[in-house]
Order: sequence, then C-alpha cells, then structure tokens
Amino acid sequence: MISAQLPALQVVVPLLAAPLCLILHRPFAAWLLTFVVSGISLLVSIALLGQILEQGVIDYTFGGWAAPFGIAYHIDFANAYVLLIVTAISTVVSIFAKRSVASEIEAHSQGLFYTAWLLCLTGLLGITITGDAFNLFVFLEISSLSSYVLIAMGNDRKALTAAYQYLIMGTIGATFILIGIGLLYMLTGTLNMLDMAQRLIAVADSRTARTGFAFLTVGLGLKIALFPLHLWLPNAYAYAPSAVSAFLAATATKVAVYVLLRFMFSVFGIDFALGAMPLSTMLVVLGSVAVLSASTVAIFQHNLKRMLAYSSIAQIGYLVLGVSLATPAGLTATLLHLFNHALMKGALFLALGCIAWRLGSVRLGDLGGLGYRMPWTMGVFVIGGLSLIGLPLTAGFISKWYLVLAAVERGWWPVVLVIIAGSLLAMIYVWRVIETAYLGKTKEAVSGTEAPLSMLVPAWLLAIANLYFGMHTELSAGIASQAAMVLFGGQP
Amino acid sequence: MNVAGLYNYWIVILLMMTGFYVVISSGNLVKKIIGLNLFQASVFILYISMGKVMNGAVPILREDVTTYSNPLPHVLILTAIVVGVATTALGLALVVRIREAYGSVEEDDIHRQDESL
Repeated sequence: MISAQLPALQVVVPLLAAPLCLILHRPFAAWLLTFVVSGISLLVSIALLGQILEQGVIDYTFGGWAAPFGIAYHIDFANAYVLLIVTAISTVVSIFAKRSVASEIEAHSQGLFYTAWLLCLTGLLGITITGDAFNLFVFLEISSLSSYVLIAMGNDRKALTAAYQYLIMGTIGATFILIGIGLLYMLTGTLNMLDMAQRLIAVADSRTARTGFAFLTVGLGLKIALFPLHLWLPNAYAYAPSAVSAFLAATATKVAVYVLLRFMFSVFGIDFALGAMPLSTMLVVLGSVAVLSASTVAIFQHNLKRMLAYSSIAQIGYLVLGVSLATPAGLTATLLHLFNHALMKGALFLALGCIAWRLGSVRLGDLGGLGYRMPWTMGVFVIGGLSLIGLPLTAGFISKWYLVLAAVERGWWPVVLVIIAGSLLAMIYVWRVIETAYLGKTKEAVSGTEAPLSMLVPAWLLAIANLYFGMHTELSAGIASQAAMVLFGGQP
Repeated sequence: MNVAGLYNYWIVILLMMTGFYVVISSGNLVKKIIGLNLFQASVFILYISMGKVMNGAVPILREDVTTYSNPLPHVLILTAIVVGVATTALGLALVVRIREAYGSVEEDDIHRQDESL
C-alpha cells in the first residue's frame, strides 16, 4: 500500500517536516527532525530505485487525475539516480551539521536554519521528481529561496551580500526559465513534459520553440553556474555556513544540470537540442573555458572555501563537456561525474568544516602543520583532493576516465587535452593545501586537536565512498549508463 | 506582421527590458529589487495575455457560451506572483540586514568597505 505512494512521500515528508521544525524551534529537536527526515527520504529514494529496477518507469498521478490534466510525477533511472544523490548527501551532511551549526549560528536561529534546510531539500527533490514543467519552476523557487536564506546565515557579513547577489542572479535565472516554460506552453498547450515532448515534434521548427529553448538554457545556465554565468557562486559558497556549502555544492548545481538534461533530451529531443540548435558548440567552448579559467583562478585563492567554489565551477565545465559530446558515452560520463563530484566536494567541504570548527578560519596561511594536529581531518582532505585531481583508485579517476574515453570516441582531442590540463591545474591547488598542512610551519600551540566524532564520521563516510566508488564502479557507472540510455532513448 | 495587434507583447518586451536594465545598471540595492519586480511583472503579463482566446468568454460554465478563455495561465501566474512577493520580501529583508552591517545600501560603498578590510 505505502509502496505505491512513495513518489508523493519523497516530497511531502520533508515539506511537512519544515513547519514542524519551525514549531519545535529548539536546536536539538530541530536537528534531530532534520536528520530523521533526511534519512527517511534516503530510504524512500532507495526504495524508488528498487521499484524502477524491478518494474521500470513509475508514473504517479496526484489525486488520481490522469496526465496531462493532473500533475504527474514521472520517475525513471535518471531522476531516481539524482534523488539518491540529493537524499544521501543531505543525510550525511545533516549528521555533520549538528556541531558545525552549533558553533557557527546563534542558538535562537538554529530552528529557522533547519526549517530552511528542509525546505531546500523539498525543493531539490521536487524539481527532480516532477514530470510537470510549471511544478518544476515552483520547486525551483522553493529551493532557491531557502538556499538564499541558508547562505545569508553565514557569520561573516559578506554572507549577506553574497546571498543578495545570488538572489538577484537566481531570480533572473528562474524568471528566464518561467519565460521558457511559458513559450512552450503557448506552443503546445500542455505543461506535462512527456505530452510536451510529443506535441513539440510537429512545431519544433518555429521561432517560438527556439526562443523558448534559448530562455530555458540561459536560465538553467545561471542556476548551474555555467561559465560566464557563475559569478554568484564563489562568494555564496565561501561565506555560507560550512554545512550549507557542503550541502549546496554537492546537490544544488547537480539538480540544475539534471533539469538541463531533462529539457534537452526528454522534452526537446536530442536532434533539436544538439542538432538544430548550436548548443553543442557553445557547450564545448564554455565548458573548456570553465575548466581552464576556474581552475587557474582557484590556484590563487587564499580562502580555501573560495578555492573549492572555483573548483566547483571547473567541475561543472566537465559536466557540460560530457553533454556537448552528444553521445551516450559522453552523457554517461556526465551523470557519473554528477555522482562522483557530489562525493568529492562533499568530503572536501566537510573537511574544511572541521577545520573551520577548530581554527575558526579556512585561510591557507592558518593551516601550517595542521596535518599533524588534525590528521583525520586532513586525511579526508587528501582523499577528496586526490579524487578531485582524478588519481586512479579514487572516484574522480573513474569519471575523468569515462569522459576522456567518450571524447576520444568522438575524436575530440582538444577536449582530451582540456581535461588533462584541468587535472594538472587541480593538482597545483590541491598540492598547495597539502604542502602547507604537512610541510608548513606550525603556528603557536593551539589547544585541542581533532574535530568531534560527529563531524569526522560523516566526512570519513564520504571519503571512503570516494575510494569505494573508485574501485567498484558497477553501482555508480551501471546506473549512470542506464540513466544515459533512458535519456538518449527519448522515452523518459 | 500585425504590429499594433500584438501590443501586449510590445508592452511585455518594453517592461522586461526596463526591469532588466534597472537590475543591471542601478547601484542601489533597493532599486535593483524594484527592477527585478518590473522584470517579473512583464512575465506575468506575458502569461496573462496568452490565456486570452479570440472571442472567448469568461471561463465560467454557462449554457449560451461555447468559447471560453483559457483560465490555466492565470492560475499559473497567481503562483508565480506569490513566488515574486516572497522573493521581494526576502530581498528587502537582506537589504535591511546589509544596511545594519554596512550602514549603506549602495553597491559601491559596500565593495569599498569590504576591500578595506
């Protein structure tokens, strides 16, 4: 009985928990609720994936109103996979959040913090699971509005300006998406994505379809932080509370990439998106520039959270490069990197969170000798960093390997060079940190050494996941290639 | 092309570009939000005008009417208006906090203060 209602529960549970969190208000109760609800969502998404493995695509209609008139949730491999990433990261990071948030946010606003967290989770899950274009916009705004709040809770005053800047750019992006959806509705008279895809075939060769596609792509480009629309991201991630940086870096942009893929492949179809429109050329150029320029800028950052934020922009470049190849192999690489990047950036931001908890700073200059004072924390950073570079036996290697193979298959050698150059640049900025932490001079004796277990355990969970998925790829690469097939098949 | 007959779209484009220009060019944080509002309002009009069906009546079921206007875009845009209000409220709340922290709502001032740190 309950298994039939899982798609609704996936979104409804965190949505209902959010106001409950507001009522509870006490920090511990609010945290516990957030953790439990994230865990339940994780179980639901695992169950959904299991159902899809067993019986294929799930169609869920709300209140029994059949699509295209009612709002339908449509779950296949692609979005079940993204749901799993989002809920898993939320669960792991929420364990970490307890101590980290307690040290960074005043007690009386912690209840509000967790309320915003749950709303953000609701939004991200809703975007991923829904099969209705307007529903997607509403969930997008739920997640965006709550993430502006989460970022503004950082304890530096720059967090406020970062959140404001994100609000302006995010709203422009969301409004562009709204215009795009509106134009598609004018053309097709439907909001259900599957229905829209079928009706678009007849009218694809019209100016309205092309304009709608352009608005959607640019709007989503802003949300993804695709170069050159990335300007909101570095400050937002650098000044947000540590737990929020980890949560958003691992999920928010990933979900936006998923939406772009969904519209490109399932709604417009690959022939239109990458054939009739010059998107492939644009993406390959922007992706390459993102990889090279953002990695270079990352080398010169002193604030390590900012460094990782620039590295995120570079990683988005890799994701986009995979899409631009327009082959199933390229798409598999993108989806795989979606997962692996969530793991590595999650681990790295959690390690920085531990450092921030102990030192109250994440500036490179304060890290001297930290490798000996906080060996476990730096261990996570080293594993995450190696994964970011793409060394063999780490998850990062697997996705880079798939991406290089896909580029070679198309014969795009310059892209291969860009990927390798990006890895070398990553090596430089990761090495700077490792060098300072292990070879740098220790500052005056600071009392205390390691971060508490409740912060180290989730960080290590992600670090171990980086190693595990670097050696056992059946699960991650298997699902990613299935999801790529689903997107490519045109039958979402 | 019937230029005058598409006047609603001309208004949409004019409003949209005005709003967009204000967001980009204005250095005052409150004015940026006003620009954002204009920008969003233009999209509301785009949606509302697409619901009009030629010779369509108000979409309330009556016996002597056969053509109705499409009510769905109006419903959609009600949701989008709510989202817009929430965004404005949050944006203004952030501006209040920024003014408390920096003593200014001018972008140039704020940048100068951050750099001097």
